Amino acid sequence: MEIKLWINDKLITDNVEPDMPMLEFLRDKGCYSVKRGCETSNCGLCTVWLEGKPILSCTMPLMRANGKHITTLEGLQNEAMEFGAFLADEGADQCGFCNPGFIMNVLAMERELESPTEEDIKEYLTGNLCRCTGYMGQLRAVKKYIEHKRGVKFDG
Amino acid sequence: MLRCNNYVFAKSLEEAYELNQKRNNAVVGGNGWLRLRKRQWDTVIDISELGLDNIEENDDVFKIGAMVTLSDLEHDPGIEKYTKGAVRESLMHIVGTQFRNTVTVGGSIFGRFGFSDVLSMFIVLDSYAELYKSGIVPMHEFAKMPYDNDILTGIVVKKTPLKIAYSSFRNQSTDFPVVTCAIAIGSDKITTAIGARPSKADIRTAHIDELKDKEGYAAKIAKSFDYASNLRASGEYREHIAEVLIKRTLEKIEVSYGN
Ligand SMILES: Cc1cc2nc3c(=O)[nH]c(=O)nc-3n(C[C@H](O)[C@H](O)[C@H](O)COP(=O)(O)OP(=O)(O)OC[C@H]3O[C@@H](n4cnc5c(N)ncnc54)[C@H](O)[C@@H]3O)c2cc1C
Ligand code: FES
Ligand code: FES
Repeated sequence: MEIKLWINDKLITDNVEPDMPMLEFLRDKGCYSVKRGCETSNCGLCTVWLEGKPILSCTMPLMRANGKHITTLEGLQNEAMEFGAFLADEGADQCGFCNPGFIMNVLAMERELESPTEEDIKEYLTGNLCRCTGYMGQLRAVKKYIEHKRGVKFDG
Repeated sequence: MLRCNNYVFAKSLEEAYELNQKRNNAVVGGNGWLRLRKRQWDTVIDISELGLDNIEENDDVFKIGAMVTLSDLEHDPGIEKYTKGAVRESLMHIVGTQFRNTVTVGGSIFGRFGFSDVLSMFIVLDSYAELYKSGIVPMHEFAKMPYDNDILTGIVVKKTPLKIAYSSFRNQSTDFPVVTCAIAIGSDKITTAIGARPSKADIRTAHIDELKDKEGYAAKIAKSFDYASNLRASGEYREHIAEVLIKRTLEKIEVSYGN
């Protein structure tokens, strides 16, 4: 099937199998940050943005992105580095495999929620699973990142 | 993984319906459940270009299109106001933000899954499944209808004055629920749904006088359902939790609506 879409603002046209998953398509196009961590739409590792909204690229049918914009971590390098420094400072990650999907969702949350409380943060990020850690370092990193972005002290 | 020979964007509901009459074809909502089915479809029918992705509200009803995502439903201000947060409570524990941005109301209701928070919630409201061929069917009847090849175009929720609350119990957040409980209290009757028993949600309706003895009501209603065991919980445990959830849900109603 003919498909035309933007990946990180670059126009791509291609001819794909009707059941090509969005996840594999994005990897074929060089977006290796997009990874499969489960077979059941549960882990959040494959998170990308479709028209700015975080979605699961293992699940969303690829053809629904026809004529639309997909953003992956490759397209958000500066912000990802900025937040990554907070993760590193908190010693949050261990193997780091869960990071790409987690960062995509944190950056989406930062755009979507004006002044999130700790509960809001947990609720927004709960669909990103990490097998190594207990999420505490990530939570500290997210709070500090929000403080840094908003220029206010975190009160939630 | 979703496997198919053809992927077709239906140009009309009639086309979608025609295609859906073949056994090897299937409608795709958000693909959350469909992709887990281990089979190769001939044609997957995409209904996302038929304008079914809106929530319309007027003085009397909400019309929720089948392709509305669970997130859009969760954050709809009109639904939030009418249900005092009960619909949001029923959805917010389902997997995660990205998942709910992907899956749909239509797939959730059409699936009539045993574990469904979504069905448990809507079955106590004055709500209706809107089917392309079979027309408008009350939700509690739709829940019991056999799976057929109709197309669910949306659901209709009448703004009947109700006091509404929702609770679920999970072994772990974002997992499937062990038991779900939705309650709606009208001018003279109370409707309670218990779902994930693990069979799908069903309702019991009683006169509101029964609420004079809340403990008694909770025990009686919890007992009236059948429960079974699966890897999440035993049937006995579920029955116990159901009784507790009924009491807690009644308390939530008192807190948000007063006595
Ligand atoms: C890992 C996982 C965890 C989940 N946890 C929960 C949970 O805790 N609570 C809960 O309530 N739900 C849960 N769900 C279910 C989820 O919320 C959705 O209900 C489910 O994914 C189906 O919605 P969908 O849009 O993905 O539909 P699809 O998977 O695309 O479709 C589901 C079925 O309905 C048919 N269909 C879809 N749309 C229509 C239509 N408009 N007309 C006719 N037929 C149609 C399809 O052919 C298919 O048979 C979970 C699902 C998964 C995969
Ligand atoms: S790969 Fe696990 S949710 Fe997509
Ligand atoms: S750090 Fe290893 S999965 Fe998260």
